[in-house]
Amino acid sequence: MLRFVLRRLAWAVPTLFLVTFLVYVALRIGTNPVESYKRINPRATPAKIQQYIEVNGLDPNYVRGYFRWLANFVTLDWPRSIKGSREVWPQLKDALANTLRLGAAASTVGIFFGLMLGIYAALRPGGRRDVGVNTAAFVGISIPPYVSAILLQLVFAVYWSRWFGATLFPTSGVYPPGHTGFNLFLMMKHMVLPVTVVAIQIIAVYARYMRSSLLDVLSSEYMRTARSKGISERRVLFKHGLRNALIPVVTIAALDVGSIVGGLIITENIFSYPGMGKYFLSSFGEGDFPLLMPWMVIIVASVLLFNLLADVSYAWLDPRIRLE
Amino acid sequence: MTTPVLQIRDLKVTFTTPLGPLVAVRGIDLDVHPGEMTAVVGESGSGKSVTFLAAMGLLPRTATVEGSVMLDGHQLVGASPKLLRSIRGRLLSMIFQDPLSALNPVHRIGAQISEMLRAHSSMSERAARIRAVELLEIVGIPQPGDRALQYPHEFSGGMRQRVVIAMAIANSPKVLIADEPTTALDVTVQAQILEVIQRVQAQFGTAVVLITHDLGVVARVCERVNVMYAGRVVERADIGTIFDEPTHPYTRGLLASLPQAGVDRLVPIAGFPPNMLNPPTGCAFRTRCEHAMDECSQRLPELEQLGSSMTACIRAKELVGR
Repeated sequence: MLRFVLRRLAWAVPTLFLVTFLVYVALRIGTNPVESYKRINPRATPAKIQQYIEVNGLDPNYVRGYFRWLANFVTLDWPRSIKGSREVWPQLKDALANTLRLGAAASTVGIFFGLMLGIYAALRPGGRRDVGVNTAAFVGISIPPYVSAILLQLVFAVYWSRWFGATLFPTSGVYPPGHTGFNLFLMMKHMVLPVTVVAIQIIAVYARYMRSSLLDVLSSEYMRTARSKGISERRVLFKHGLRNALIPVVTIAALDVGSIVGGLIITENIFSYPGMGKYFLSSFGEGDFPLLMPWMVIIVASVLLFNLLADVSYAWLDPRIRLE
Repeated sequence: MTTPVLQIRDLKVTFTTPLGPLVAVRGIDLDVHPGEMTAVVGESGSGKSVTFLAAMGLLPRTATVEGSVMLDGHQLVGASPKLLRSIRGRLLSMIFQDPLSALNPVHRIGAQISEMLRAHSSMSERAARIRAVELLEIVGIPQPGDRALQYPHEFSGGMRQRVVIAMAIANSPKVLIADEPTTALDVTVQAQILEVIQRVQAQFGTAVVLITHDLGVVARVCERVNVMYAGRVVERADIGTIFDEPTHPYTRGLLASLPQAGVDRLVPIAGFPPNMLNPPTGCAFRTRCEHAMDECSQRLPELEQLGSSMTACIRAKELVGR
């Protein structure tokens, strides 16, 4: 197992190089960084422009340019943002922390309730509760986050303050404007609505995964063997059923959580939540190459990491899988 | 004769389906005596597995069971889930057809066997593990100590069936139901598995019900044979009688379709088993029977004594010797 992990990590390095090269090329074609720099800084001198090209590795030759960028990146000699004013890492770090917090909360809530609903539905296939869960899951999947987000904002901010005189949950940011320092309660209050929006989708998807996976397992022969032993129905379900049903779900969950790091763009924007998604949209809008590249590297690295995690958890749960 | 340990009387099993009620078992009587090896033979869909799944209480919710199944003084039809649970695996256990899918892939072999032991006794985890290894040895698994720590996928089909047998006999049940235990296995392995079943039967004094569609298997190991067709027992006799003087046309058909030394041509039974959603009136076999007459559709034939067999055919007597 350890050897497998080490080998996969070793493979991740060239993968990271290749993918970041492709991302580099795509960003250069897609955003034209030099033109963006001139547009944002109309009075930049040719010397300034040349310096921007130098530090960002924007050589006309993509290969030479990529290695220049790479050299600066790995030595942590990161160029400043396109306006030349802000350091990249402090912003990126905050965005990452905010998104990880939102993603972790939404995934935990979403996967937990999703699995519960899936199990609840699978125990009486075709029954009333099954139809109920299926319908709810179908609705949950069908509502795009921008619709549910706006509905929630309307109810908990606009109408709530009309009915009761004050908003129940804030609709934007991590803290109220002007707040400084750490305050867990305020932070959680601000996260309620965005977490709900993201969790609705996750609950709906995982309820369906879990339901179908558990139904598969429940109809398998070894479940009948387990029943034929005369053990309690509860033990049959938990010891023999759930363990097997969770194998595919956990694998999918690991992959999904990996993609959440860059995947909350819509929700974060609606709630003005300063996470990775919002960071991406604003830097992409300005063609801010120095901000975009490290963002891309983090997204790629997280996908690679969670892929590895998916493989390892699969082998850990299923003795038939040997990682060699 | 001894009192039967398992006594089935007028058992009916009906499945509720979208197309209407499907009567899979249409009133059968069957006795299993202690220490005896009884065969239940029939085609797919003849109700042979359903009969015993009903006795185990393992049928899906869509099934309705009527009649009586007495096991060692307990009525199993309509019994509480609690009573059924205490009987399953202790007095009555079952070996399933496909050993490849009958074991849970994520639990170790030893743990799956000791779970069976601990379900019905206050045995400690450790004692159960030790007993599980002994059981593996009894069913002929080499290096049982090491094998107990392995997972099902590390075993071959024949070895897995031995594990399933070890599990089924763990609590020395009164009755062991073997539901097509050799069907999924290679011919060479089949003989070994039958031998294991015979050995544990002798060692534990367990009555064995062998459910099969393979008369060749029956000939090798069983003493009494029940032939089932369309949810009814159509003939019941000792093994010698069945092979030498079959009385029911269906049994004769089965024997004629069995490969035998010195017989060049196999004669298949024409036609198909009836649709159980809408079975024929009277004798269910009449649609495929070369001896059928109008009278066969009038009433359902009951098992009647004929020579040393019980047979459910109104023309059996006149057909004897033909």
